Amino acid sequence: MTLRRRPRVIPVLLVRGEGLVKGRGFAEPQYVGDPVNAIRIFNEKEVDEIIVLDILASSENRPPRFELARDVASECFMPICFGGGVATIEHMDRLFAAGVEKVSINTGSTDAALIQAASARFGSQSVVAAMDVRSGWFGRRKVVVKRGTRAVHDDPVAWAKRMRDLGAGEILLQSIDRDGAMAGYDLELVQSVAAAVDIPVIALGGAGSVADLRNGLTAGAAAVAAGSMFVFHGRHRAVLITYPTAAELDSLIPVPTPTLDGN
Amino acid sequence: MIAIVDAGLGNIAAIATMLRRLGHPTRVAADPAQLDDASHAILPGVGAFDHGRASLDRTGFVPALEALRDRGQPVLGICLGMQLLTRRSDEGRLPGLGWIAGETLSFALDDAARRRLRIPHMGWNSLEVRAPGPLLTDLPAEHRFYFVHSYRVHCDDPADIAATAWHGHDFVASFRRGNVLGTQFHPEKSHRFGLHLLDRFARWRP
Repeated sequence: MTLRRRPRVIPVLLVRGEGLVKGRGFAEPQYVGDPVNAIRIFNEKEVDEIIVLDILASSENRPPRFELARDVASECFMPICFGGGVATIEHMDRLFAAGVEKVSINTGSTDAALIQAASARFGSQSVVAAMDVRSGWFGRRKVVVKRGTRAVHDDPVAWAKRMRDLGAGEILLQSIDRDGAMAGYDLELVQSVAAAVDIPVIALGGAGSVADLRNGLTAGAAAVAAGSMFVFHGRHRAVLITYPTAAELDSLIPVPTPTLDGN
Repeated sequence: MIAIVDAGLGNIAAIATMLRRLGHPTRVAADPAQLDDASHAILPGVGAFDHGRASLDRTGFVPALEALRDRGQPVLGICLGMQLLTRRSDEGRLPGLGWIAGETLSFALDDAARRRLRIPHMGWNSLEVRAPGPLLTDLPAEHRFYFVHSYRVHCDDPADIAATAWHGHDFVASFRRGNVLGTQFHPEKSHRFGLHLLDRFARWRP
């Protein structure tokens, strides 16, 4: 039996108001389209999985947008992870009922009991701890929540282990410094976190090319995600929804090792 | 009429959307009585085993599903729904329905596999089809299906295995015993390959 598992390549759509936006460094949001329409295009491209985040829910102290989750999940023939304002088990109940596979929890992840209860109730595979990381003084990385406005921990590795121990099934590891720059992931961050936990780490923030995706995987990410790379085209950031070709995706398959291939 | 069991175990909208897109009359059944005139039933589910079993008991769907099965009509368990058709699970304490001779186990990864592979198993895999049966016939060679699970089914009788997939070792990706079928993967989240499988299920009249 051969190992032929292609790592997931995941577009991240950011919802603000009624539309999708994409910015840089969690600022300068630019309108890039309509959520349901974007999902339909990604459907046709047979995308691996999609992440939809309502970026202002927690900072505006709003609950998740359940109707939006239902609208996008109903159109989606691929797995979907939804985030934004997820703060209670009841929120998650309603999101799963709306048809999403996973919930992404960022601001809510400061509540240890919430992650534990979510994992016990829904299974760890449905609970994604979204970690936003920003560099502070002297380049020291901090874990932040509330759209990057509140620091909660000064060690991303320790925070990731904590999420894992509480029962999170995946870590969506986002670098705010790299967000929208399309110049590559924060590989040092990816490497340190992926080496420290035994759950999948999804790299996010900075990818601009297939080579960047490959570098993220080589650094230890189990899956790679991007926003700008899939919605902008060219130097002038013209809006165009794209996704790597089948050949480009196949180039991301790790070479099987004899130990795993043997029997 | 295909009834999708809505016992509060998630994932209902996507399956209904796919079946309706295929043009098959579909009903999301929140009440066991809505299974009475169904030709097929789908038992979907995500989440923890005990929560799934408790929800099935609380909503009273088990007798209605058994009646449908005993009439010889096709019943398809998806993901946790498939696992609930086995006797038991390493994940929980409550018994499964025991419709298929088998149990739901943890992955048994060796050290080499554990260094490379993660649990839960999340992602796209191809299948090794052992007995295509009604669902997996004419599956394109380039097929792939989406999996999200921490536990996997073991069948006592290898003859019940329709297809396997690989995650550190082979595991049962789909089983079939008579009119009882299961897929560990999510057809409703597997693009055109899932459309193909659900279309074949809906057209199957055993």
